[in-house]
Amino acid sequence: MCGTDKKLGEIRALILVGGYGTRLRPLTLSRPKPLVEFANKPILMHQIEALVDAGVTQVILAVSYRADDMEKELTEQVSKLGVSLTFSHETEPLGTAGPLALARDLLSTSTEPFFVLNSDVICDFPFKELAKYHRSHGKEGTIVVTKVEEPSKYGVVCYKDDGQIESFVEKPQEFISNKINAGMYILNPSVLSRIELRPMSIEKEVFPFMARDGQLHAMELQGFWMDVGQPKDFLTGMCLYLTSLRQKNSNKLYDGACVVGNVLIDPTATIGKGCRIGPNVTIGPDVVVEDGACIKRSTILRGACVRQHAWLDGCIVGWRSVVGRWVRMENTTVLGEDVIVKDELYVNGGQVLPHKSIALSVPEPQIIM
Amino acid sequence: MLKAVILIGGPQKGTRFRPLSLDTPKPLFPIAGLPLIQHHIAACAKLEECKEILIIGSYTTNTMAQFVSDMQKEYHVIIRYLQEFAPLGTGGCLYHFRDQIRAGNPSAFFLLNGDVCADFPLKELWAFHAEKSEGLVTIMGTEATRQQSVHYGCMVRDPASKAVNHYVEKPNSYVSTLINCGVYVCSLQVFHTMAEAFEKKQNGFYSGNGQSGHPGYMSWEQDVLAPLAGTNKLYAMQVTNWWSQVKTAGSAIYANRHYLELNRGRLDGRTAPCQILPDVFLHPTAVVDSTAVIGPNVSIGAGVTIKAGVRIKESIVLNNATINEHALVMYSVVGQEAVVGEWSRVEGIPSDPDPNKPFAKMDNTPLFNTDGRLNPSITILGAGVVVPAETILLNSIVLPHKHLSRSFKHEIIL
Repeated sequence: MCGTDKKLGEIRALILVGGYGTRLRPLTLSRPKPLVEFANKPILMHQIEALVDAGVTQVILAVSYRADDMEKELTEQVSKLGVSLTFSHETEPLGTAGPLALARDLLSTSTEPFFVLNSDVICDFPFKELAKYHRSHGKEGTIVVTKVEEPSKYGVVCYKDDGQIESFVEKPQEFISNKINAGMYILNPSVLSRIELRPMSIEKEVFPFMARDGQLHAMELQGFWMDVGQPKDFLTGMCLYLTSLRQKNSNKLYDGACVVGNVLIDPTATIGKGCRIGPNVTIGPDVVVEDGACIKRSTILRGACVRQHAWLDGCIVGWRSVVGRWVRMENTTVLGEDVIVKDELYVNGGQVLPHKSIALSVPEPQIIM
Repeated sequence: MLKAVILIGGPQKGTRFRPLSLDTPKPLFPIAGLPLIQHHIAACAKLEECKEILIIGSYTTNTMAQFVSDMQKEYHVIIRYLQEFAPLGTGGCLYHFRDQIRAGNPSAFFLLNGDVCADFPLKELWAFHAEKSEGLVTIMGTEATRQQSVHYGCMVRDPASKAVNHYVEKPNSYVSTLINCGVYVCSLQVFHTMAEAFEKKQNGFYSGNGQSGHPGYMSWEQDVLAPLAGTNKLYAMQVTNWWSQVKTAGSAIYANRHYLELNRGRLDGRTAPCQILPDVFLHPTAVVDSTAVIGPNVSIGAGVTIKAGVRIKESIVLNNATINEHALVMYSVVGQEAVVGEWSRVEGIPSDPDPNKPFAKMDNTPLFNTDGRLNPSITILGAGVVVPAETILLNSIVLPHKHLSRSFKHEIIL
């Protein structure tokens, strides 16, 4: 028993952080995507914490742009967890496989398998089970798959009852499987011989060949899964995440007079009288929600202020933004950092770039430069 | 002694004011807290010499009885309602009731269209008319833009004598920017002119010269004013006071704002129940939470309930309506007994005259544009309409007694 635990402890992980996170703009204009708080914690920290929980001691971040502040902030946060963080910088975007070749030296220092994950994924991370299952079948790689309702929009994975993957089919017109690649893998270092140092797709140029050789297995994910790389999915993912916290009877969920359903409120936030918060709301540190505001299915980021009698549904309110009195915002409205929405306005599906002050209603979805 | 006549038409008229006129006859629709034609009555009653006000229309006497009796008490002047039973037109009904108007031999009478609103300068108008010994009728005129003038009666005046040399009602091409405001002073001799016009109309009717309708039908503007032009019997006094027609529902909000401004001070002496941004008319029986914020340009009717954290601006809220917590109402009319749910937003689009054009008037745009789309206008909730909590109603019209179940934008809800 002790022996297996120790072995597990030597597992490394590589997280594909990638580029600028343009899909999550305007939030990512102010802060690198991995640092954008999802349910009051940077997206990346959800993954690193789960990895640490599974005994991972070294995390490699594959990034294609330099962001010194991000590196500093992450290193600081991660050091508390007792895990080392290494940045692997791409000089040109290398896709989803190329970064593995770039980090070849780090990944091939041991014969132990390593985790690879996309940075946008939020779920109940199954790293322990993944490692256990991977060792049990003894093949080169295992990918986590998740069930989706509409598989025709994705690439689906077909596999045998024992988990061995037979094929990948892009956007199938006829139903053949409802399982898709969940963006989390465990691979033996031998897989590195299949990867070249060039822009390369792991989904298209590596996995199909591993499957052909009978070297790739699938493990089905239990529970929720969401790629939170764009605002709409970010909010959907938040709802799923809060529901899972409720199912786990987490004491993190806020329980107060003005709260409806699953709500996360940072202890440093202040909530006024006569508000109705929830269901599915996350309120960050130092946020001020004034009297009589109603917030549903939204994320309010650090230092923002929602003024009296405002009504928000399906919104992300950026850091230090101010939502005026009697404002109505809905339909995936995203305010960037330090945005001011003047009193009594209506914002329907507005994407507002940072440091903007809005004095006119936005009745139809629109990007406000 | 002077008299005044107010022409209010009937239920078949003023349909562009629907759905506001579905519940209340248009002349009685409250603007700045007073029925539309009470503003006329107040202006007439202010004149010491004015001893009698005759209201002529085709609404039933029942419809008007309460109002007439209320006015009588309030203004201490004789007020009577005369019902016309046949569609006689603006001239025809006046002629029909000529004996009532002439009774007591007044020196002149004011004639006011019920569907205009203005800061009626009746004293100045009377003084102007009294100077013109030849004059039978003096028209209150105002400046309009070239484009908009053709929607009104257009007048060409002699610059020195102020006599009207030419009068055309709603011309097809530009005639003059001086337009007829629908406010007049008439000498009793005008009935002689009307008798001639009446005879001409009747002859036409019985000789079957393409005349249809009622034999007594006569248009004041076309059959009386137009022929008087160029005879030195018709004058126009140009004013710069505020004036507007009230045709569409949207003009109610515009008129509300101006009447509130004119009547400023009516609330003075009362303690405001909440934060008020002037001008606001608040009926004394309205129940308003201290955390609400009301104004500018809001009229709140009798028995209205306004709950905590409500915001209302540029709107009219009719009797016994309820606005629930945190709701926002702007550029809208909330009907009698209507209910707006908590955190709901009822928002219209103002259809004010172009502020960048001098002398621009309210554009009385039709409900739909040529592409069949609803033109932007104020939002109207008919009587008894219920707007559920947390919804938005934008640029929409809801007919009476409808209970909505969701948000609506740019729609008419039947």
